[in-house]
Amino acid sequence: MEDNRIQIRLQQDGPIRLDIEFSCAGGEILVIVGPSGSGKTTLLRSIAGLYTPTRGMIHCNGETWLDTESGTRIPLQKRRVGFVFQHYALFPHLTAQQNISLALGHLDRSRRELRTRELLELVHLKDLEKRLPSQLSGGQQQRVAVARALARDPRVLLLDEPFSAVDQQTRRKLVRELAQLRSRLHIPIIHVTHNLNEARQVANRICIIHHGAALQIESPDEIMAHPRNSRVASLIGHYNIFAGTVVSHDPDRRLSRLLWNQTELITPYQPEFQPGQQVEWVIPADQLVLHQRRRPSAGERENPVFGTIDECLQLGQNVTVSIKPHHSEESLTMTVPAHVARRNDLREGEQIGVSLLQEGIHLMEKEVLKV
Amino acid sequence: MDWQALQLSLLLGACTAALLLPFAIVVSRWLAWRRFHGRNLAQAVLALPLILPPTVLGYYLLELLGNQSILGTVFTAVFHDSLVFSFQGLLLASVVFNIPFAVQPIQRAFETIPQDIREAAWCCGLSDWQTFWKIELPLAWPGVLSALVLTIAHTLGEFGVVLMVGGNIPGETRTIAIAIYDRVQAFDNQSAGTMSAILLLISMAAIALIYTFNDRLDRRYGR
Repeated sequence: MEDNRIQIRLQQDGPIRLDIEFSCAGGEILVIVGPSGSGKTTLLRSIAGLYTPTRGMIHCNGETWLDTESGTRIPLQKRRVGFVFQHYALFPHLTAQQNISLALGHLDRSRRELRTRELLELVHLKDLEKRLPSQLSGGQQQRVAVARALARDPRVLLLDEPFSAVDQQTRRKLVRELAQLRSRLHIPIIHVTHNLNEARQVANRICIIHHGAALQIESPDEIMAHPRNSRVASLIGHYNIFAGTVVSHDPDRRLSRLLWNQTELITPYQPEFQPGQQVEWVIPADQLVLHQRRRPSAGERENPVFGTIDECLQLGQNVTVSIKPHHSEESLTMTVPAHVARRNDLREGEQIGVSLLQEGIHLMEKEVLKV
Repeated sequence: MDWQALQLSLLLGACTAALLLPFAIVVSRWLAWRRFHGRNLAQAVLALPLILPPTVLGYYLLELLGNQSILGTVFTAVFHDSLVFSFQGLLLASVVFNIPFAVQPIQRAFETIPQDIREAAWCCGLSDWQTFWKIELPLAWPGVLSALVLTIAHTLGEFGVVLMVGGNIPGETRTIAIAIYDRVQAFDNQSAGTMSAILLLISMAAIALIYTFNDRLDRRYGR
């Protein structure tokens, strides 16, 4: 299994900055998440050989595809890469079957037909092989693109925003199929997207990338709960990111104390930060609990904060409530179901109390500005 | 009706297309995808025959191909024949004045092929040469067909350049367009009318063929 691994280290200053190092094991889906222009596609193109960065190294399955130090650069036709392009890039003048068999140049003519049929079956397209791409739906085109990418018997599968051009329902189906495919392929799958929800559904590990730099590579749960720094926290959609000072640690009760403006908050035990140290901290919007006016509960003793509702914004089934605590200029943001907002009569200008759930608070190293 | 002139025109059209199209495919593919200094100048020079008066183009070709010119002298020394007032000279002139009619449609066709389609071909293991034959050329085919039809139709109809470079030698340089002029000068309006009608029909059929074919391809590829 170790042999199926791909190892990548890419660095360049411009025109698109890259500073990335990671490896991906066979059978693993590594999802690269980042905003538009963060270098995601350049990363995939570099692996495929469609782009050569200034400095870098790519080892795949025991072969060196790129090593700028020794001047090794295997041409893209010789890198066994399966690439699913964002808009699939199917050959419009060829049928589904021909699109796939064109990538089977490494096989004898006699074996190509059989292999094409196997691949069509693998992606559930058995009866549509004679159709041109224009006669297929978005989801079917995507399946042809996946089958074509797998036709070369690739050592790594690269997916560039593969679900961006299909509707929600098809997307759910394709995500499930991708998960099934992973267990059968045993090759590294590198999947690029700007959609964090999609990443959380399919990823074994997520790599957060920004301005060409890999900021954190970990499991989806770990990244969501413990972002490495405020930039990662903000990229994965956290609103509540603040500065604070560590006050003390209590190893017996496995908790730490944090001073945020004038409020002392109890947080999970994080002894890696020294008392007195300036830190940043984050709490997910769903880890704030509203104090119900009519029915106070014991949970309200946990990090209570009182303030004024700044803004109430209904987005679909949920209401995003922004609260300005009495002692602070910074606002806390929480999400509550619309019916809860209605029942508690949440309106702008109202006074409310919330609890910051201790387990949801995560301390982070204060980011040092790079020169 | 001067059948010999029609035959000569068709032969000239076919030979021009045969010589010009491979050149046009190479040049237009290069212009479509490469960005280099002087690209606009190169495009302008290639488009020049479109706007230059045919007599002006004919004059310069006469100068270029004439027996006193370097090209004319070399040709005469090698083939013991002249480039002006001969079929071969006419053919060379025809290739030159048809350049924009061949290059432009093919260049447009190459430009419509998305870059990721070519990249996908490379990622499928296809070499540049295989990508050209299996992907690029079939996709640029409507442009190549347009170029073929336009070149032949335009060769049949060209008058000024042909008269300047080739003159009016029956069986050698008298094309159908020249023959029509010749017949009108001789007050033989019936022959001129027949030949004009034939040219009109050929031109209409050519244009209709291009539109029909391109429309069919567009529907087939869902463009």
